[in-house]
Amino acid sequence: MSEPAQGNAPSNDLGQAAVAVRDVWMTYSSPEGADIRVLEQVNIDVQQGEFICIVGPSGCGKTTLLNIIGGFQAATRGEVLVSCKQVHGPDPRRIFIFQEGSVFPWLTVRENVGFGLSNQARTERERTVQHYIEMVGLSGFEAAYPRELSGGMRQRVEIARALAADPEVIYMDEPFGALDFFTRLKMRTDLLRIWKQHRKTVLFVTHEIDEAIQLADRVVVLSRRPATVQLVVAVDLPRPRDPDSAEYLQMRLRILDAIGVSLRTGLVSEDAAG
Amino acid sequence: MTAAGVPNPRTTRQGDQAINPLGGRPVKVPYASWFLRSSVLLPLLVASAFLLTWDGIVRLSGSELFPKPLDVWWGLGELVKKGLLLKYVVASLFRVTWGFTLAVLVGVPFGLLLGWSRYAQEAFNPLIQAFRPISPIAWIPLAILWFGISDAAPIFLIFLASVFPILVSSAAAVKSVPTVYLRVAQNFGLTRSQLVWRVILPATLPQILTGLRITLGVAWLVVVAAEMIAVNSGLGYLIIDARNAGKRYDLVVAGMVVIGLIGWLLDLLMRLAERFQALKWAYGIRHE
Repeated sequence: MSEPAQGNAPSNDLGQAAVAVRDVWMTYSSPEGADIRVLEQVNIDVQQGEFICIVGPSGCGKTTLLNIIGGFQAATRGEVLVSCKQVHGPDPRRIFIFQEGSVFPWLTVRENVGFGLSNQARTERERTVQHYIEMVGLSGFEAAYPRELSGGMRQRVEIARALAADPEVIYMDEPFGALDFFTRLKMRTDLLRIWKQHRKTVLFVTHEIDEAIQLADRVVVLSRRPATVQLVVAVDLPRPRDPDSAEYLQMRLRILDAIGVSLRTGLVSEDAAG
Repeated sequence: MTAAGVPNPRTTRQGDQAINPLGGRPVKVPYASWFLRSSVLLPLLVASAFLLTWDGIVRLSGSELFPKPLDVWWGLGELVKKGLLLKYVVASLFRVTWGFTLAVLVGVPFGLLLGWSRYAQEAFNPLIQAFRPISPIAWIPLAILWFGISDAAPIFLIFLASVFPILVSSAAAVKSVPTVYLRVAQNFGLTRSQLVWRVILPATLPQILTGLRITLGVAWLVVVAAEMIAVNSGLGYLIIDARNAGKRYDLVVAGMVVIGLIGWLLDLLMRLAERFQALKWAYGIRHE
């Protein structure tokens, strides 16, 4: 069901993980010259084909962590390994999906999805693009521009664009954060359906605990800033997960407790880190 | 509907089903109100009032030199008959086209570079900021010194007048490209030239087009000034020549009218170019 937090100790099986975060520290300098410690000694191992959700209190450094894993930012200390190779920058084999607004407004749905495929032959590219457009449920909108689509549809374009590039790993930074409640539910279901077809390794950052428990194989819970791995919860419930089941509710409480949020008052308790 | 039951021309269109606030069925708005609010009648009224006032003031003052609107009209006819009007219009447009095109070819790429590279920006900005406030008119003596009385002189001046605004607006356009687009490009492993052609240029196009439209207006202002001094053809030359040769103020004003109308036309054309691009993506309608 779940296991105690082992995140702070680097695991021994080096090289087994698809993505390995090894002792990552991140410190910013504030304009006043003071050090802002964002991440401290973060260790995460992600297996091939695993769906990992990273949750944590808002402002804890989830996005910073994902940016470091994705290669967009350098860590102050520590390293990120993908397939045993150290990450030095972004790479088409690891595609990042952003919260919103990263589909190109000057390209149609078809052109956006095919954005990463310019080195493919035309007929092959067209086949790939059509395949993924169908997979995310956008058939009939191939020639539409992003402005003509709803927020959920634009996010589908982005997912199709990422999948079409056939990456080994997909990073998602609160990809459904800007969507309304019902669209978000639908997107989660569809994302799981698509993920089951490909079994890509996914690292998914969210601040919604329910989203994490519904999607993930394992939920990595970060503490408040400076963030470190507070708890790792393996969710071995069959999908789709029943949010009213005892196991589900228990997991939810454990995660809330680890973050240090009281369900009754909604307040973050000061001694939560302990 | 207003209180008096008269359709308000500001809020209703021809054939609109206006909602009667007192309840009851929708009311058809009469066609007369459409004509009243249409973009034809009101501007026409204002323009006619302007011409009448002009005519009246000239008559009252008894001026021999300053032309009445009708004199200007006949002056225009005279220019057409002599074949001067078309010749001068073509000469002016030719210079603007060349000066402006050169400015676009230099200003857009260089502006993109300045917006992209902090080092380029820091290195060139002081020089650009020092050159920018120098009116193109101040360059006229140097232009004549370097190029003589030829088309090259006004083309050079138009280039100078256009290149700085284009530089500045292109640099600003690059800076406003959302970081997330650049990250996507980086993530998909785009090369430098792919980044420029597939992301930077399309992302900045709307803003660059707006910059070009405003700049073309400036270029048209400058060609007239340049032609007054540096050449002996064109609409600017027409104005100064009509004054110097025989105090033909009817031809002076006729030249001004033509300049105004062509400037307006150029702006409309540039707006059309903007809208063509915009139709495709920038201001499309969203269907939620």
